[in-house]
Order: sequence, then C-alpha cells, then structure tokens
Amino acid sequence: MSTRLALLGGIYSNYRALQAALSDVRSRGAEGIYCLGDLGAFGPYPDRVFPLLRDAGVQCIQGNYDNSLAGGLEDCQCGYTDPRDNYFARISYRYTNENTSPENKAWMGDIPHQLRLEVEGHKLLLCHGSPRKMNEFVWDTNSPDQFLGHLLRDAEADIVCATHTGIKWHRQLAPGQHWINVGVLGRPENDGATNVWYTMLELAPARVKVEFIPVIYDHGSLAEDMREECLPQEFIDTILTGWWTTCLEILPHKERARGKF
Amino acid sequence: MGYPRVELKHLNHLWFQVTGTLCNLACSHCFNSSGPGVRTFDFLSLETIESELQQAVRLGVREVFFTGGEPFLHKHLLEFLVLSLHHAPTTVLTNGTLIPDHLAERLAEIEKASRYSLEIRISLDGYTKEMNDRIRGEGVFDKVLAATARLSRYGLLPLVTIVRTWPESEELPAIAGFMQTLKHAGYGRPRIKILPPLPLGRELTRIEGGHHEIMLTAEMLRGFDRDLLMCSNSRIVTNRGVWVCPLLVEEADARLGNSLEDSVLDYKLRHRACHTCYQYGTFCQNVSAGVEGTSEGTSKKASERTGDSR
Repeated sequence: MSTRLALLGGIYSNYRALQAALSDVRSRGAEGIYCLGDLGAFGPYPDRVFPLLRDAGVQCIQGNYDNSLAGGLEDCQCGYTDPRDNYFARISYRYTNENTSPENKAWMGDIPHQLRLEVEGHKLLLCHGSPRKMNEFVWDTNSPDQFLGHLLRDAEADIVCATHTGIKWHRQLAPGQHWINVGVLGRPENDGATNVWYTMLELAPARVKVEFIPVIYDHGSLAEDMREECLPQEFIDTILTGWWTTCLEILPHKERARGKF
Repeated sequence: MGYPRVELKHLNHLWFQVTGTLCNLACSHCFNSSGPGVRTFDFLSLETIESELQQAVRLGVREVFFTGGEPFLHKHLLEFLVLSLHHAPTTVLTNGTLIPDHLAERLAEIEKASRYSLEIRISLDGYTKEMNDRIRGEGVFDKVLAATARLSRYGLLPLVTIVRTWPESEELPAIAGFMQTLKHAGYGRPRIKILPPLPLGRELTRIEGGHHEIMLTAEMLRGFDRDLLMCSNSRIVTNRGVWVCPLLVEEADARLGNSLEDSVLDYKLRHRACHTCYQYGTFCQNVSAGVEGTSEGTSKKASERTGDSR
C-alpha cells in the first residue's frame, strides 16, 4: 500500500501549464493534489488559474505573491536585491495586482501559510520558501546538510516540501528525512528546455519515492497571450527559450553558471 | 541605557577574518581600516579554521565567508576553501589583485569538485581607471579586470561588488558603465552587486560633516525584521576570538568569546555600526525582508511599517 501526492510549485499565472499538469495528474492518479503557492506573477490573465485549481480540488497554501496580493502590499516580497531584478518584479506585480479580481485576492488571503500532513507514518510540512520564512530561497547548492537538518528539526517534520526558487531538487538527509523542492509550473527552469515540472511523491511506511514529472504544454500560445497583455519581451523569451532572462542575481554560483545569461 | 538586545536566532553565516586586517591595498573607504602592515588582527591557523567549522556545523551553519584584509595573502587559503566547501557553500571576499592564471584555474577546479557553490566576490569601485584607482590605488583597476576575465575563462562567474560612490539618481548609467567595462575586458556574463558606503573605519574619517551619531533604539526595531541584522544570524572568527559581527571587530565589547561555542550569546546594540547595519541591511547577503513562514506571520502593508528607514 502506498499514497501518492501530486505537488505543484509556483504557477505564476501559467494557466496553460496548470491545465496540462492537472490532466497528467489525473492520468497517473493521486490521492491528493497540493499547490505550494505563488498562483499569480510573471504570466498572463491571472484570474484563469483559480477555477482550474478549485475544480480539481487542489489544496493551496500561500506564497509571498499571494500574501502580498491578498494583503494589498506594495510589492511581491520576492526577496530580490538587485535593481534590475526588482525592476521586472515591479512590472510583474503591478500587472498581476491590477488583473486579479477582489474575490480571488480574498480567497488567497484565506488559504493557509503552511500545511502539515501525516501520511503513511511520515510527518510532512508543505511550505512556500522554507518552514521559517515564506520567501526564503533554499537552493540546492547553497543549502548544506546540517542547515536543512536544522530546518527539519525545528519544523518537527520528516519531509519538507517547498518551491519559491523555480528549480526543482531533492536531497535525502538521513533515512526518512527529505528536503524536496517541487519545482514550478510557471516558467521553465533555466536549462534551455521549454517544459515545466511538478512532483509526484509516493509514500509507503518505510519508503519515500520522489519523481519529478516534466510537463510539456502549449508554451507558444502562452507567449501569444503574454504579447496580447503587453508583458515584457524578456518574460516571453524565457517561455520560448527555456532560459531565464530576469531574476538572475539571486542565483548561487552553480545554478547561475548552468544558465545562459 | 535602554539599548535593544538581539539574540543569535540561527548561525546562518560564519565569517573568518582569515588574514586579519592585513591587506596589500589601503582603500579610502575600508570599513575595518585594513591595509599593508596593519596587524590589529592577524592570520588564522588551520587548527582554528577546522575547529570552528566543526562547531559551526553542529550549530547548523548555512554559509561560510572568508574575509580580511585580503584573503589571498594567506598561503593556505585554498586548503581552507576545500575544507569549508566540504561542509557548506563558501564565499571569498577579495580585492582581486592577487589572482594569477594558475590560481584562477585551481579555484575553478575546487569549485567544480564541490557540491556546494563557491562564490568569488571581487571589489571594484569605478568603471574607469580614474574612478576606481582614486579609491583603491594605482594600477588596481587593470589587475581586477584581468582577474575577472581570467576567472571567467575557467568557468567561474565572480560577483563584482561595487560600493556606490555616485548619487542614486545616476544608478542606471553607472550599472551600464560597469557592465560594459567588464564585458569589454573579457568577462562575458558579468555579475555585479551594488553596496552602500558604510560610514565606518577609514570611510568615517574620509567623509566630512555629513555624519551624525545615531544609535539604535527599541522603538526603531518595533515592526522591523530583526533577521536582517547580522548579529541575529552571524558570527566572525578572528585570531583573537569570536566577535559578534564583521562590522564591530574594532569594538572590544563586541568580542563574545574564545570560540563559537561560547559566543552564542545575545548582544546589546550600542554602537553606531549597529545603526548602519539596521539602515543598510545585511549588506553582504542576498536577502531582503522576510515573510514569516507560520500562519502567525506578521507581514504588513509597506505603509504600515515603523522604524524602517530604508
């Protein structure tokens, strides 16, 4: 016996990738579908993701974007420190804020910041950035074992699932102890491929299986949507090429060096 | 006096002042007054690095930083980096004047062999020779540009850190100037980070008339994310013990103990530098104000924040 959970990361208004991912989850089968926050940002027509999430029964938690939109904050709290990164973050936040309905903003205000689950004897914590900060960037190559172990202990969890960085990764710290970044559906992960990713987590009493699932979707039509909405060409280029063109300065050296820009 | 106290919430950052205050340059804005022959602090030994790293790992350390003075004056620095990278991502803060070709190649090998990131941060303060060398010394500009190109050739992307010496209104042309200069020199994908000038050390004696003694108060910290203060997440190891943060190494009362294990104490923020840290944030880190992770989070509308002067 085992339980399968589908874990979706930041959607960033990419309703086309969300549709494709939900269809893939249905074909594989899962006992639960969870989204770890940042429903809006970057992409077009932010209101389009909400009915898809509700109809599929996806349990969502808040990301920093959702927290900002629901609270009427001035910025997205993405955590960038570079002037160019912040310039594009402001464009994206302004567009998403102006195009998200008050009802959807209120809905985002009501979803939890974190979720704790106990599945097949494993204690799971689902969060956006890290258990201690919603907008903390926890990258593979700047997060040593002892630091992740500390976060797990403090959170009293065996398995932490997060997103926020935009790049999936998984590390087993000890038997039964895992950190999983589930990836994002919102944009490709800076490797020159246009697909996006979600995670299927299969749990049995003495087994944890993490599978990253590639999602191929109609990225060309998404780029068309973005053009219609006059979103920056830099964002469109990322969707069409699979290389990040913005929000690069937050990347640690190894993740940055793997990209093109 | 009612100075606020801040506890070490978690050791995110462990700093090693690996060459003390000894540097081959004497930059006019140096915040800890390092320079040639300045031995306020001295070199660290391998034994100290090993022992403090072990303690830091037990405390769950996230990142390690090597600073000085100029770290590459230490003949064992590469051994230290290998050791540190075994445990944690590691950053070296250098002036970039002591990185010949064979060293750049070796740094790239060390980075490739590690599962954690190695960051080389190189200081540059002008995108022309005149701008930079007025601050950092004659001939430094050419050496730094050559080092960035050399490192880049071996696959490393150094982070060029630049202290803002221009009005904020001229930020975009300045950034464009730096990018162009670095690319022209052969560093094809430049990474840059702009830092504020810190009114401390030699910089304090350089600036005239514009500085006021401002201390932190409990009122200023109300509603402020204390995780942005270095004392809440960092400690620095020197050859004379462990200090609360890199900004306060010239203050005797900021020495907390002989080793990390006896330096996990809270600290009373009674120095001008504490206000500088509050004002400019943890300037050496890639972090900004956080959003609490729990449902009891306290994020506010920006207009509601109090005491945040940034």
